[in-house]
Amino acid sequence: MSITAPLFQHHKHCDELFAAAEEACADGNWAAGEGAFALLVDQLETHFTSEEQLLFPAFEAATGMTSGPTEIMRGEHRQMRDLLAQMQAALASRDSDAFGGGAETLLILMQQHNMKEENILYPMCDNALGASDVGALLAERLKAS
Amino acid sequence: MHPSLSFDQAPPISVPYRFFLAAPWFGVMAGILLAWSGGDALASRWTPEVLALTHLIALGFMLQTMCGALFQFIPVAVGGNVWRPKLVANTVQPLLLLATLLLVAGLLFSRPGLLSAAAPLFLLAIGGFVVVVALALWRTPATGMTLWALRMAIGSLAITVLLGSLMVEALAYGLSVPILELANIHLAWGLGGWALMLLAGVSYYVVPMFQLTRPYPLWFTRWFGPLLLLLLLAWSSQLLVDDARWPLLVALPLLLLVSVYAGMTLWLQYTRRRKIHDATSMCFRMAMASMLAFAISGATFFLLPELGADPRFVVWLGMLAFAGVFVSAITGMMYKIVPFLNWLHLQRLGAPLSSVPNMNKMIPPEAMTGQLRLHALAVVLLLAAVWQPGLARLAGVAFAASCAWLGWNLVGAVRRYQTFRDRIRAAGLHH
Ligand code: HEM
Repeated sequence: MSITAPLFQHHKHCDELFAAAEEACADGNWAAGEGAFALLVDQLETHFTSEEQLLFPAFEAATGMTSGPTEIMRGEHRQMRDLLAQMQAALASRDSDAFGGGAETLLILMQQHNMKEENILYPMCDNALGASDVGALLAERLKAS
Repeated sequence: MHPSLSFDQAPPISVPYRFFLAAPWFGVMAGILLAWSGGDALASRWTPEVLALTHLIALGFMLQTMCGALFQFIPVAVGGNVWRPKLVANTVQPLLLLATLLLVAGLLFSRPGLLSAAAPLFLLAIGGFVVVVALALWRTPATGMTLWALRMAIGSLAITVLLGSLMVEALAYGLSVPILELANIHLAWGLGGWALMLLAGVSYYVVPMFQLTRPYPLWFTRWFGPLLLLLLLAWSSQLLVDDARWPLLVALPLLLLVSVYAGMTLWLQYTRRRKIHDATSMCFRMAMASMLAFAISGATFFLLPELGADPRFVVWLGMLAFAGVFVSAITGMMYKIVPFLNWLHLQRLGAPLSSVPNMNKMIPPEAMTGQLRLHALAVVLLLAAVWQPGLARLAGVAFAASCAWLGWNLVGAVRRYQTFRDRIRAAGLHH
């Protein structure tokens, strides 16, 4: 198993959570929406921090590339966190238009971010970090969440 | 490692937009042309009006948007570096526009001078585009079936344009070439090798992403493109093979392949995780349903010669392919790409994100679904008008109106982009 496989699978898990939260809020089912959305925020946050604290530093140390792909990925994490905050505010004020618009934007941003990671960055990480223990640490942290 | 990987080289927003903004107005021209000519125009595939309509959509609507989309898609999706996108787009797009108008006028009014002027312009515009894009596609270190589909599509575009130019010069100078066979080969490379191959390659990437579907199965993406290419080569060999059954033998597997793609896409969407319906998913469903109808009608054409003998039958196929499949699919793509690009470029201006409006504020969802309903009505009328010539004018008006509404929605999105950009910049100055 590649060291980034747990991250790969966790993307799919977050997709499920996203779909559930979006559906509930679009139906005006706010109680369910709140629970689903909290779960989504929690899992995305776990995912982002696992990458930022474990994977990216290890990759940067192994390759010396500190301003390349990892920098862009960090920037996109920031954008997604901001969007999640906007959606949180929309949820609090029961504004389904604002929530839906935020969700639409988050979805595309998140998906193209995942594609870049899955198609480009993760394979690079697997190459550079194959022999390290980062994979085990990642798996552990994502499982614990 | 991957040193030349362009992770984030999206071109300036004006690059895709200048193509996207022009395209709908070619659709409007097509609608007006049909409304003005009336039902006799659709009597067979060889009327000057049908040839003009075909290329208004193929080159004015489809090729415009597809070129614009590739400038955006290649860096972002397959990590390719397009050489000086702004310069290339600013050159290619006006040339393409002019060449299309010349060709269409030449076909419509049977003017050899216009036709032979159009060909070198196409060779220049599309030749330049193909070279730049091919370099980006062959140099990228990325891999995957989307990339291979794009490579095959761009090669097919070159073949289509070469064959088109050859026919154009033959018509202009009265050279004797097997024009029927050449036209059939040309249209297969244009619709199959270029447009469908590109649509498939892009769908591998965007269908899972927009709708949270499962990915296309690996066996499918591995075989679809190469098989399509192989069948197009076999189809082209009808120039050499002197057997009347040969086209039939190739066309049936080709149509089967096309329906597998359409069926697969519908199935993935049907089993998707995301439950929201939006304009884009409706567009895709319309396009795929039209594609299935095209495949079934195409098979009927070959298997039941009595039916296929009616010269209107091929016009019916053309309506399904152009208005039903490609205009729908492309509309759906633009309705997703344009709001997202607006958002992406606005938030890059450095404003706090909360001051950048979300995607649904860029084109109101009701404006998109309203336009789509009109488009669906126009497609139905166009299909009916093939058999009921009395409906042709109405169908033309409906199609023109629907394309104008699409154009208006896109103009609105660009205006909103400019308003917010100016607002963000002004706020930045006060800090
Ligand atoms: C790239 C996209 C293109 C597509 C999808 C396309 C599609 C088609 C189709 C479907 C036909 C058959 C029309 C019919 O049976 O009524 C056709 C014929 C033709 N096309 Fe194109 N075409 C493309 C580009 C071009 C270009 C760039 C040129 C000229 C340089 C061109 C010149 C012609 C000519 C001359 C004919 C035959 C006209 C005749 O036989 O009288 N096409 N094309």
